Amino acid sequence: MIEIKNISKSFNDRMVLDKVSGVFKKGETSLVIGASGTGKSVLLKCMLDLVRPEAGTTLYDGRDFYVGDEEDKKDIRREMGVLFQGGALFDSKTVHENVQFPLDMLTEMGEGEKKDRVEFCLQRVGLEGTGGRMPSEISGGMKKRVGIARAIVMNPKYLFCDEPNSGLDPLTSIKIDELIKEITDEFGITTVVITHDMNSVLSIGDKIMFLHKGKKLWEGNSQTIMGDTVPELEEFVFCNKALSLMRAGK
Amino acid sequence: MLSVIGRYLIFLGKLFTRRESLKVYWERFIDECIGIGVSSVFIVAIVAVFIGAVVCVQTRANLVSPVIPVYVVSNIVRDMTLLELSSTFMCVVLAGKVGSNIAGELGTMKITEQIDALEVMGINSASYLVLPKLLAAVFTFPLLAIISGFLGIFGGYLAGTLSGIITPEDYVYGIRYSFIPFNVFISIIKAIVFGFLISTISAFQGYNTRGGALEVGQASTSAVTNSCIAVLIADYLLAELLT
Repeated sequence: MIEIKNISKSFNDRMVLDKVSGVFKKGETSLVIGASGTGKSVLLKCMLDLVRPEAGTTLYDGRDFYVGDEEDKKDIRREMGVLFQGGALFDSKTVHENVQFPLDMLTEMGEGEKKDRVEFCLQRVGLEGTGGRMPSEISGGMKKRVGIARAIVMNPKYLFCDEPNSGLDPLTSIKIDELIKEITDEFGITTVVITHDMNSVLSIGDKIMFLHKGKKLWEGNSQTIMGDTVPELEEFVFCNKALSLMRAGK
Repeated sequence: MLSVIGRYLIFLGKLFTRRESLKVYWERFIDECIGIGVSSVFIVAIVAVFIGAVVCVQTRANLVSPVIPVYVVSNIVRDMTLLELSSTFMCVVLAGKVGSNIAGELGTMKITEQIDALEVMGINSASYLVLPKLLAAVFTFPLLAIISGFLGIFGGYLAGTLSGIITPEDYVYGIRYSFIPFNVFISIIKAIVFGFLISTISAFQGYNTRGGALEVGQASTSAVTNSCIAVLIADYLLAELLT
């Protein structure tokens, strides 16, 4: 379980996050949604301690992530997997080397064991046989899959996905969403997804947190989001033409 | 300005804390030696040969007095090459090639979140990415300076003898005449210092890139400009200190 308590962050006197709190449970896919510039990615970076908030804490199964030095945090970091917006694959390494990288750096596993683990992860994301390719030789959707494979290779307890659908066609987006959901259920991971994609919201949101101008305005799930009457949330959800027509009963 | 120097010094400190295993650094060090050193041999060779040749031709053209023996031409080529051209001039060229490469690579890694990916794994990204580059530069720049020195003198020999400015015997006599071995040592010391400055300043610029492709380009430009300025200031200080 991940718990965030009163996270606040500002840049140049502009409040980006204002006392945001929430709980993300084990085995659930939790979504943080909101329009661009509402502080979703900053919240993620605060949770990963890539950006240190001015106030508040992030607890990983009760362990305060902001206490202690980097050595102390390493144990928690080893339990994390992160899928970055663009995949963040290392350009100079092949797909196989990218996925194997955390094992090389953070474990004492033998070469054979590492190879098996990498092949299992690539197979799990549907990319068997592509290990020898360079990141520049694969599509955007494949890069996201490789990013997911790298994120799960260490068997993480916590999985973070920053805009997993950005830049992808609708069909590939749905496949990536399904893959994240399946992996979360299969391995019992606590998954946090940052998104503004309504398809994701409706299909994989076990729990949804809506941010607006740095504040948490609403919390619920994919069943309750359509019926809620918070004006900012309504505006966000029903700006989608298909959903607005559905709402109007057409 | 002071805050930038302060951040640069903090960045340097970060390179030596929370290091990864030596095996990791060794593999990356070898890769960087190839990227920084071996791939620069060609440009260093071309620059050294031609600069040596130009110095020879220019020196002869400006030393037309009958009282000055002709072997002074190769004597000047030797000292200029060893004291300045093989280290300072070569490093200004390398600041362009290696410096922009380091800043561009790290800047791109920064804006594509590859550095964040390392950090969330608990890896000290600055140390993992920059320390091998620093060690490779400090190791290969002196070797390049030696190659450059040798080829610079050889370039002068080719230009001098092929154009009839000086005979091979006079040229060889000139480069051996009143030779001070310490000058080779000065060239090596300079190359080590310049290697340190170019690699760390360029890495600092690239590592702190914010924004997009435009900022990566700006970081590369700043890396080359700042590295060249630092090399020239350090050159003056070393000249005062060592000669």
